[in-house]
Order: sequence, then C-alpha cells, then structure tokens
Amino acid sequence: MQLKGKAWKFNDNIDTDVIIPARYLNTSDPKELASHCMEDIDKEFTKKVSHGDIIVAGKNFGCGSSREHAPIAIKNAGISCVIAESFARIFYRNSINMGLPIFECPGAAQKISQGNEIEVNAETGEIKNLSRNESYRAAPMPPFIQRIISLGGLMEYVKQESKK
Amino acid sequence: MSQTISEKILAAHSGNKEVSPGQLIEAKIDLCFGNDITAPIAIENFRKAGLSKVFDRERVLLIPDHFTPNKDIKTATQTKMMREFAQEQGLSNYFEVGRCGIEHVFIHEQGLALPGMLIVGADSHTCTYGALGSFSTGVGSTDLAAAMALGRLWFKVPESMLFTYNGKLQAFVSGKDLILCTIGEIGVDGALYKAMEFQGSTIKGLSMDSRFSMCNMAIEAGGKAGIIAPDAKTLAYVKSVSKNPCKVYKSDKGAQYSEKIDFDASRIEPQVAFPSLPENSKPVSEASGIEINQAVIGSCTNGRMEDMRIAAKIMKGKKLNPSVRCVILPGTQKIYLDCIKEGIAEIFVRAGCSFSTPTCGPCLGGHMGILAEGEKAISTTNRNFVGRMGHPKSEVYLSNPAVAAASAIAGKIVHPKELK
Ligand code: SF4
Repeated sequence: MQLKGKAWKFNDNIDTDVIIPARYLNTSDPKELASHCMEDIDKEFTKKVSHGDIIVAGKNFGCGSSREHAPIAIKNAGISCVIAESFARIFYRNSINMGLPIFECPGAAQKISQGNEIEVNAETGEIKNLSRNESYRAAPMPPFIQRIISLGGLMEYVKQESKK
Repeated sequence: MSQTISEKILAAHSGNKEVSPGQLIEAKIDLCFGNDITAPIAIENFRKAGLSKVFDRERVLLIPDHFTPNKDIKTATQTKMMREFAQEQGLSNYFEVGRCGIEHVFIHEQGLALPGMLIVGADSHTCTYGALGSFSTGVGSTDLAAAMALGRLWFKVPESMLFTYNGKLQAFVSGKDLILCTIGEIGVDGALYKAMEFQGSTIKGLSMDSRFSMCNMAIEAGGKAGIIAPDAKTLAYVKSVSKNPCKVYKSDKGAQYSEKIDFDASRIEPQVAFPSLPENSKPVSEASGIEINQAVIGSCTNGRMEDMRIAAKIMKGKKLNPSVRCVILPGTQKIYLDCIKEGIAEIFVRAGCSFSTPTCGPCLGGHMGILAEGEKAISTTNRNFVGRMGHPKSEVYLSNPAVAAASAIAGKIVHPKELK
C-alpha cells in the first residue's frame, strides 16, 4: 500500500475534541463528521486538504475521549494516514479498527514541514520526504493490520475471516 | 531475551517466542465478555456484519450488572437483547440477575478467569484479573464484537512499569490504599498504555481480595493492565474456585521496565482520594472532619467478602450517624449469602444501612443511591469524577471499606482507629 500526499503539520496533544468537536457527535454520518474535522484549529482545513494528504503531528495525537468518530472524520476528510511522534492508546486502537493507517515515527514527525510531499510505504514503514529528499523509518504494519486497513476496518476483516 | 510476565503471556498467545514493547501482534484470547451497557452495541455490530456464530460458546460471557435489576425500560430492552443473543448462540455463560453479581467480582469467583490467560472485556475495569497473573484488559464494543467472532484480537505490546512495595502494613490499610497512594504518586496518566506490575513483600502478604482491588484500579492511572505474578496464595485461591489447569508465568530477572518505583508500605496511612480525580489521594488524617451525607460500600473494587467483613467489624453493635445514609452492595450472590450466613447482613441492617442485591448501582451514578446537588459521599468505588455518583455538584471521596464504614458511623471522614 503506497500513500502519497502533502503534509499538514500539527502540534503535540491534539485531542479528540479538536479532531471532531463533541457538538457534532449527534451524527455518525462519515461525510458530515469529515466536514468538521480540525475546524477549531483551522476552519478551512477540510476545504484545503486534497485526497491522499497526510497529517504529521507531535506527541500524544488523539488523546481524550474514546470516540470512534475521530479517526472516521480524519479518514473521510481524505487524509491517507497520520504520522506522529506518539499516539494516545484508544485513538491508536480506534484508528486501526476504523481503517485509518497510522505510523509512530518521531524522526519523521520532527523533520517533515508543512506542505512537504510525502510518500509512505505501509509494508516497509519507509516514509519518503520527496520535497527534501530525506527518508525515515517507522515500524512496518504487520500483514494482518495491513489487511484490516485495506478492508476498511476491523468489522469487515472479521466478516472475511469468519468465512474462512 | 529476558521478558516480563505480560510479554510472556502475549507471546504465548500470539505464537511468538518473545515479543517486545511497541510490537503489534494478533493474539488468541481465552475469555471475552461484555455487560448490559457494552454488549448490546457489540451484538449489534456482530449482527450488522452478518456474523452467525461466536468462536466458542463457553468463552463468551455476558453479564448484566450495571443497571440491573433492570432499572427502567431501556435497561430491560438491553438485557433482553443480551438474553436473546445468549439463547440463540447457546452461550453457557450468560448470567441472569440474581444468579451473578458485578462482573469483575463474579468472573474470578466462578473460576472463569485463571492465571496465564489473555482476557478482554468491554469494560475498563477488566484489568482486575491481573491479580491472578493473567493479562487482562478493557476494550471497546467493536473490539468485543471482533473477539466474540474470531476468538482473537490485535494488541500492541505495552511497556511495563514495576512497582515494589516492602514493609508491614499499618492497621486498617489494604490493597486499596496501596493503589490510591500509587495513583497519587504517578497521576491519572502515569501508567498510560503500560502494564503495571506489582511485587514485593507487602504484595506477598496481601489477601487475594486486596490484590484484586489493586489491579482493578490500574486503569485509574491509565494502565492497560495491572498484574501480579501468581504465588502459593494465588494457586490456593485458584484451586478453591476451579478444577481447570492454568499456566503460571513470572517475569525474568533482567526483564525491561520503562520505570521502577519503590514504596515503603509501612509508612502508608489509609488513603482518601479527594474530588474529582483518583490521583487526589491523601492520608485520611488530612481528610478528617469532612462531613458526609452518604457512604457506599461495594463495587468491583471493594465489594468482596473481606471488604464486607471489615465493614461489619467496624459497624457491629453501632448505629449510623443520623445524618448519613449508607448503601452496601455485596459484589456477588455468593458474597450476599455469606454475609447472611456470617451474621454480617444483620449487623448492617441493624446499624441502619441499606443492604441489597449485587449491582454496580451508585458506583457509576446508575441507580440505588444517587447524590443530590451539594451532597458529599465517601465511597469504596474507584472513580470520583465530576458527577460520577449523581449531580454534577455532588462530591465523592474514595477510600477503603474500613474508612467508609467508620465515617458512616461518625458522620464525617475519620480514621477507623479514632472511632469510639
Ligand atoms: S462496579 Fe463500578 S467500576 Fe465496577 S464495573 Fe460496575 S460501574 Fe464499573
């Protein structure tokens, strides 16, 4: 799985209330959720994002509530993956379960700047910064996690697996 | 490579020789369960995905305990959904109200959780069973649906933190005080994502009931699991509840920990966690004199037999302070019955307590003892968040059962040794 797009940089401790404010939790419609993604930091964020773009953030990305709406909003805003120095535990689980690839890579998170062209190879964990001609390495996602993500999330994976 | 007990259990269940922190693994689970809040959503997910059969009808447990006996029509509908799913799937471990209790007290009492197991429950206090030397952690409803279908789930191997307690405990100090003191020390995110391993001569001396209370609250420090390696006491307990074989794992010398923290347990006083976070724990002497309206003794932290006996010893022959209500909820039907047999039920009722059927009840502000605006409670439960037991302007102080019982008699928070 190759993921490619522009980097959108965020700071440390981006919490689930910033990713998708609680006032929008009265819906579970992915499109509607996506339209409010990150709006309290950047009102125009979802308008500026192009399909495939990548969020690059600091420490403890996704801290706060256990809402599964957060990775759903990010994914449906067109973001292809999130790279961060570290993730909050429940966000980490939810992202994979909802089919959003995420990579923990302090090196990449620190070196990548806003707008850099990034390419990620999910199998190897290699992150290429095409704008700067640098590359960084995250732990690769094991094959079964890649499968969960390529199928779109845990429940679809379970459906396929239980047919075996 | 030297490994911790947590790493060994995760390795054994994922077909790896060893695992290391940060590694993503897919592991077989021995037991999964949900309650009347979380299971219905998992069942819905299960059905929506068109799944037909659970992976093993003996390893999927459904326990209605939060709002039961059904407190309203919504709850009745939720438990009905669980009951029907259990029937349709032929689950051997669906437990009806009146035949179970609070999940995290009931499951180990029935010998369903054993050393060496990998356990997931759709409830954050699933970390309780770490006291048996199992790796046991809370998950969401989507995860439970997946676990019910496949009997396996993905995990990220956590780092471990090692907590060592040495020294003889003072009178009226229990496992609850050790864990409250620990959370006070490291904070409510001090063990975020990590496995908290407890050891030392003090832990060796603790009863199983006290060990369950400690591991129960690992989540209150952000921990993914709390764990104590099995010893002779663990195995004697296991023998008394189950005939099934179990596997004992222990950490290797030289295993890697992200942090090691030592406590001189002999200096720890009974603790009280002030509103509105479990990390606000202080010695009871610093809480002394705070007037209370309600005392709650029970929950998956302190609803066990030892807790009932401690509270009864203090209340024997006494009456509650006239301005205090006291709600006592034994953790399971068996504990309820033992309280009757041992004369403990009579002590509570004569003291003027409400003593009734096992349920989570007031612990999560569900029913059976909700607080009004401005009221204060002392409680043996595990969370004192804003509004946890009722009105957002009510307050909860967390303590062990001895402190809660003594305070109910005194009408204000006291050290049990000061009770006349
Ligand atoms: S007793 Fe309280 S903490 Fe324990 S399972 Fe019930 S609601 Fe949760």
